[in-house]
Amino acid sequence: MTNASTWIEPHPHGIYIKPADAWIDPSRPVKRALVTHGHADHARGGHRQVWATPETLDIMALRYGTKLGNPVSYGEEIEIEGVKISYHSAGHVLGSAQILMQYAGERVVATGDYKRRADPTCPAFEPVNCDIFITEATFGLPVFRHPPTKDEIGKLFTALEENPDRCVLVGAYALGKAQRVIAELRQLGHNAPVYLHGALEKMCALYEHHGVELGDLRPVMDTEKDEMRGQIVLAPPSALNDRWSRRLPDPITAMASGWMLVRQRARQRNVEIPLVISDHADWTELTDTITEVDPEETWVTHGREDALVHWCELNQRKARALEMVGREDEDDG
Amino acid sequence: MRAFATLIDRLIYTRSRNAKIDLIASYLRDTPDPDRGWALAALTGDLDFPTVKASAVRTAATERVDPVLFKLSRNFVGDTAETVALIWPEHMREGATEDIRLNSVVSQLQGVTRKDAPRLLASLMDRMDANSRYAVIKLATGGMRVGVSARLAKTCFARAFGLDVNDIEEVWHALAPPYTELFAWGEGKSGRPDPSGIPFFRPFMLAHPLEETRLDLKDYAAEWKWDGIRIQIVGTATDVRLYSRGGDDITGSFPEIAENFEQVGVVDGELLVRGDAQGGEAASFNALQQRLGRKKVSAKMREDYPAFVRLYDILFDGEEDIRAQPWSKRRARLERFVPKLKASYFDISTLLEARDFGHLEEIRGGARDAAIEGVMLKRRDSPYIAGRKTGLWYKWKRDPLNADCVMMYAQRGSGKRSSFYSDYTFGCWTEDGELYPVGKAYSGFTDEELKWLDRFVRQNTINRFGPVREVEKTLVLEVAFDSVHESKRHKSGLAMRFPRISRIRKDKPAEEADHVATLKNMIT
Repeated sequence: MTNASTWIEPHPHGIYIKPADAWIDPSRPVKRALVTHGHADHARGGHRQVWATPETLDIMALRYGTKLGNPVSYGEEIEIEGVKISYHSAGHVLGSAQILMQYAGERVVATGDYKRRADPTCPAFEPVNCDIFITEATFGLPVFRHPPTKDEIGKLFTALEENPDRCVLVGAYALGKAQRVIAELRQLGHNAPVYLHGALEKMCALYEHHGVELGDLRPVMDTEKDEMRGQIVLAPPSALNDRWSRRLPDPITAMASGWMLVRQRARQRNVEIPLVISDHADWTELTDTITEVDPEETWVTHGREDALVHWCELNQRKARALEMVGREDEDDG
Repeated sequence: MRAFATLIDRLIYTRSRNAKIDLIASYLRDTPDPDRGWALAALTGDLDFPTVKASAVRTAATERVDPVLFKLSRNFVGDTAETVALIWPEHMREGATEDIRLNSVVSQLQGVTRKDAPRLLASLMDRMDANSRYAVIKLATGGMRVGVSARLAKTCFARAFGLDVNDIEEVWHALAPPYTELFAWGEGKSGRPDPSGIPFFRPFMLAHPLEETRLDLKDYAAEWKWDGIRIQIVGTATDVRLYSRGGDDITGSFPEIAENFEQVGVVDGELLVRGDAQGGEAASFNALQQRLGRKKVSAKMREDYPAFVRLYDILFDGEEDIRAQPWSKRRARLERFVPKLKASYFDISTLLEARDFGHLEEIRGGARDAAIEGVMLKRRDSPYIAGRKTGLWYKWKRDPLNADCVMMYAQRGSGKRSSFYSDYTFGCWTEDGELYPVGKAYSGFTDEELKWLDRFVRQNTINRFGPVREVEKTLVLEVAFDSVHESKRHKSGLAMRFPRISRIRKDKPAEEADHVATLKNMIT
């Protein structure tokens, strides 16, 4: 039996660490915020003090104009009002971290969002031994088993081969997914220029500044239509069917997201090439991670918490669903 | 099975008709018999496995997966076949799945008992990848829903082997899946299959719209153009089949017509529903729609919407093919044929007696019967030829009705139009000065006008509801439509038939658009 419930409280708008008077990923302005990563549903502006990895602080500065923060590197240990706090890589996006809290002889890990498979743009998830494991469950249903990323990227190469006169327009979220798709393309030997929607340029530059090489990137804005035939163009999902796409040469629409596994979801978005590429753990990764970390209790923050809690119970693991609000706004998948 | 599963998957994500045809055609060329024939039948919904029900799929799944996890997944995904395909436990290592022949899957599904169906499905799915599992479930339980009509399937076949689609029509319906004779003919390995003795569809003769041309009634016969469903009735010694315009078998929707056609022959006519309004005369197309698309019809349906056929041509009189004979000879044959049929289900479309073309125009102008769409003109010496050949048949539609309406909402189109707001909902004024929607149109404008309309929508948006934008009620659209009917589905109580944008009235103030009451007076 753990005592954690006495010093750590889940609330709809964040996880509260009582002795430190600090919140993890609060969705409203607070005095002290510990931020796991830069996506809008986890990182908000307006906090008096912020602790996050240097990469996440840079991302927050770029997106929300937040100025100062307290950088905490992976593995470094800090202390706030007697609570020992350290950040460990989560493998979700650049700078993403799990937060380990130690207090009164107990260890609690809040994962934020995470995944287990390799991502060329950020370090891999580090399993951290703990008593309470607070996990996400975005893809927490057994239908979600993400296919190998290489096969999904391969669909883009096939489309380019079959349609040398058209371009392939890939919808990808501006933070994380876009850079990962580019990096995966590069890993598989795609050295041609990749053309970018204006909304992606700054984040790509930030990634490169942090040492993630993305190769030859060019703005769509300054490019002649014909130059993009047989090439890959990246845009945020909102631009896929927008007027902006009229400047492209007869685009074939693709979209990179874990939700693309479900046919109806892909069709709803008018997607012709669904790319099942996710920055979240799929069902197998979620359940394997719980087994590997082997905590005394598992708390499930957001996503399909019912199913994951049910799985824990089937496997004689103590689990509870936390009711969190306002997640999955931006980085859906 | 993998090639078939890939085809299904690609069809789901392909929106252009032409691209679909290419995908299917290349599958038909590259796949061996009899697999490709089964695939074709599956696509057009002509494969049925009566012992394999949707419940067999659920039973198979819940034996492998925890029922709570299955239910939560099903609720999230929204489709049982897809849920089962994705959730099915994979014991094999990646790449170790089998590529089971489609033919083997089909013959196992055909041979299975109801009791063994779940076990068979499970053993098939155990050996397959997720895409193939999805395809096998859809195959087994029907409902591919990839948008392939019978006509489209024939077009694909024609493209695969460089044939004329009308040549295929003739033999298609005489053959059963897996159509090996058809493929042998397609590949030039054998002659054209002989379709005699089995009822099958013959392609319809079609009409061109009559634009400015004026015709001499010495050369052309005139009759009403009925606003129903074009239908072909094929009676053989043992069977009667009804076919729609696209060659789909619609016998099941109108069983009383088939039951009461007790002759051998092939006739062409209009399926109508008798309405009370005209004292037993034909009712509007709206009434007919109540029965369309139903696989089975209840006794009440048959009673409320009694169907009959108004005949206007004959292709086969008994066993004799008279399509090569001139229209006037066929008409004489038809006039002798119809009295042999039951009068309550079949009558003949009478000819219009007009002194000259001007007189015919008067007759056409005076027609406001709900079941009349205009006038048909048929060349008296023309044979019955499949398709649309210039100069033989003309349709001369009633002049469209017009109304000035105000644009209220706009929605994005699909495919090439997905970045344009190209579907418009428009309304007319009520007595209280409110706008009520009266219809929706997405055609009639030029590309230039579309660009202008798209810009108007974006610059005048006042509200967004998902994909729909509400606009300032300032733009008047002149809408043309064939007729207007009462409808409970719309707030205005009206529904338009074939509405299209005929002009953008930038000059007209919105207050001067038409009133709902004006439209009500146009109801036929």
